[in-house]
Amino acid sequence: MTTPERDLAVENQWCPGCPNYGILAALKRALERLDLPPHRVCLVSGIGQAAKLPHYVDAHVFNGLHGRAIPAAIGIQVANPEMTTIVTSGDGDLYGEGGNHLLHAFRRNPNLTVIVHNNRIYALTKGQASPTTPLGERTRLQFDGVDVDPAQMLATAIVHNCTFVARGFAGDLDGLAAILERAIAHRGLSLVDVIQPCITWGSHPVDWYRERVFAVPEDHDPTQRDAAIRLALDAPDRFAIGVLYETEPRPTFATAYRKRVGSGPLAWMPRIGRAAIETHLAAWVVDPEGKEPTKEKG
Amino acid sequence: MNDRNVVIAGAAGEGIQTIGDVVATSFLAHGYPVFLTQEFESRIRGGNSSTTLRIGSAPHNAPRRDADVLLALNRVSQQHYAPQLREGGILISPEVFAFRDLAKEHGGSERYANAVAAGALCAATGMPVAVLERRLRETFAGHGEEVAAANARAAQAGYDQALGRLGERAERPLPPRTHRYAFASAHDAIALGAAAAECRFMAAYPMSPSTHLITTFARHPELGVFAEQAEDEIAAIHMGLGASAAGARAMTATSGGGFALMVEAVSLAGMIETPIVIVLAQRPGPATGLPTRTAQEDLLFAIRAGHGEAPRAVLAPSDPQDALRAAIRAFDLADRYQIPVIVLTDQYLADSRFALPPVELPDAIPGPQLADPASIERYARYRLTDDGVSPRLALGQSEHLVCLDSDEHTEQGHITEDLDTVRPAMVEKRLEKGRRLKGEIAPPSRNAVDDADLVLVGWGSTKGAIDEAVSILRDSGRRVGALHFTELWPLPAMEFSETARYWTAEGNATGQLAQLLRMEYGVETEGRIGRYDGRPLDAATILEALS
Repeated sequence: MTTPERDLAVENQWCPGCPNYGILAALKRALERLDLPPHRVCLVSGIGQAAKLPHYVDAHVFNGLHGRAIPAAIGIQVANPEMTTIVTSGDGDLYGEGGNHLLHAFRRNPNLTVIVHNNRIYALTKGQASPTTPLGERTRLQFDGVDVDPAQMLATAIVHNCTFVARGFAGDLDGLAAILERAIAHRGLSLVDVIQPCITWGSHPVDWYRERVFAVPEDHDPTQRDAAIRLALDAPDRFAIGVLYETEPRPTFATAYRKRVGSGPLAWMPRIGRAAIETHLAAWVVDPEGKEPTKEKG
Repeated sequence: MNDRNVVIAGAAGEGIQTIGDVVATSFLAHGYPVFLTQEFESRIRGGNSSTTLRIGSAPHNAPRRDADVLLALNRVSQQHYAPQLREGGILISPEVFAFRDLAKEHGGSERYANAVAAGALCAATGMPVAVLERRLRETFAGHGEEVAAANARAAQAGYDQALGRLGERAERPLPPRTHRYAFASAHDAIALGAAAAECRFMAAYPMSPSTHLITTFARHPELGVFAEQAEDEIAAIHMGLGASAAGARAMTATSGGGFALMVEAVSLAGMIETPIVIVLAQRPGPATGLPTRTAQEDLLFAIRAGHGEAPRAVLAPSDPQDALRAAIRAFDLADRYQIPVIVLTDQYLADSRFALPPVELPDAIPGPQLADPASIERYARYRLTDDGVSPRLALGQSEHLVCLDSDEHTEQGHITEDLDTVRPAMVEKRLEKGRRLKGEIAPPSRNAVDDADLVLVGWGSTKGAIDEAVSILRDSGRRVGALHFTELWPLPAMEFSETARYWTAEGNATGQLAQLLRMEYGVETEGRIGRYDGRPLDAATILEALS
């Protein structure tokens, strides 16, 4: 489907050869395979190189503030559950600045897909440690090496029973597109951490990762939480790629509310009408018991 | 009846709110207006709290400092509040009345001590005890006939004993009247105004004194507002902006500390031109300050909050009637100008209940202002227009794709670094909205200003206190008037008299309104009256300052 507004070519601001292009291609392929027309998709991002991705896709876009993509996406999803809402941003954005929101998103289980472009570095600010930079790695700020443990967000997601948890590799277009297709189709919160080696500030080239990724074993049962956590913790130098954890669907965010009001966008719900408000205004009035005409002027 | 100020004091959890409610509704049911204020400490049990009822033949919707009657439920409260009791005032306390003994004797349990106290209060204020007994029966109807009857007997016993003890000092029983009053708080009114304006979404993090707003929507699903307790204030406002971008009118509410966390998103709302209504219920700062007390310390903060330059509106209603109007107006301004609108209230306004003539909805309530997608051929979210307002489509509204961006952006919403044409055009576009907005901001209300040589200038919740001071000063022959702002930003164009002297009166220490008047109008105020002890500004503070 063509959308005239997007005929305008938007200049891509990523470094030539950046694995972000792989994530972009995989996401476009997944959306095509799911047959989702552009106006039924909303991409939400924060700030950073990864957060520019929505500008390069035919879809609605909310490119908000650093770390705040998830609450904005929750608001969008509650207001219009008929749209497919996808968060796509970096590890600094979603695991660092916005880590608290992700933690509470696990609890809420909104029907969102969260794609984390995990390059294990702050790239746009030129090479500081991110929450996932491995211990000991030297950066442009941590000159003697990172001395705090990396965040284990995939394991944290599984501990919180996030209903779909996967790891992808930006260097594997087919595999990543297949994971994203499943993640987007999944009802509930899907978290996909994508290894996206930074070719400018990262410590290892793409091939270093290619040698260290392996497919989730065929006999892995994604409903088994303990096994999923073990696979999730496999990093920093061996990475299981695929769906690590997928539970039986549990109620998504605002289910009870939606049962009451129906599934349409809030903006086009019928007006609640003056009568409902006037009932409340009338309840403010305390009716006098006395029936006699008043003698005193108030 | 004359203006009567009745202070009911006790520890948190001791039941002063229940006594205040049944006595207040007794007066209202008897046809007399009541203004109810509350003060409490930031704790769950113990300490010194009070509910104050200001009762009269006509409404006195303003705080009064001295008490005509003090009901103290314990000795600590008696000591704490006794200095407030005016000379010759009536003290009702365990020291003079055996509440518990009477409760046991007539109700069968000490549980009914508060009903005894309420009965004694009726004797001191001229309220026929039968009216109180009916309120007690209503209040405790769910607890069974025996509990309701025991409450009624206990109240009668307290009334009888107080009548005997007070003798000549007891108030003569008031005749019933048929006056009808609405009895509500400004936050009750904001919730209803928001619902009437078709607010569909509210997210908030609990923070005194703002929490009542989201609680109202959670308790009353028929008001049609989805209510979510966010993990923090940052999430709350971003959820609201997301919902708003998807077409649902949205709001949040908080106090100063929470608003500080939201500030980056206020700037975001300005940049992505997405409407949001933020209720900022003020309390004294800095930092945690006095969490349960009142202040007007965040005026300049609200006006300036947010990095960069973008328009916003700041409203400050003065009472529940005005708050209903302000809430409807906040959503309308936010929507038509695609801006954040901040509604400034405070603990005093949030926790006080006013006696008003029955409140009605305005005839016309403007609804959401989304554009018609069929009328648009090629959509650009930030289309440059004469008035700076671009036709707004929501995310997901139609096949027209909507691109919102916190970066400086092109008309299509894409990131740009075109510094020669796009950036200046977008800055001018946003600021033009502010210039147009200024043209429709309401001027301050005028009370006896025309012949005044001294004009008090106030804003928001202090209107009742300032008007009372004007009235007292006029009675003593002084030519005093008042200007009162309830729409504070952008300030409307207006003239100030060359001859009158101006004094600001507000709930802060630095004269924030006075600073604003100087900045915007070049007006030098002669004096600044401020109350910043955590209590609401009252007429006495103004009179002392001017004496």
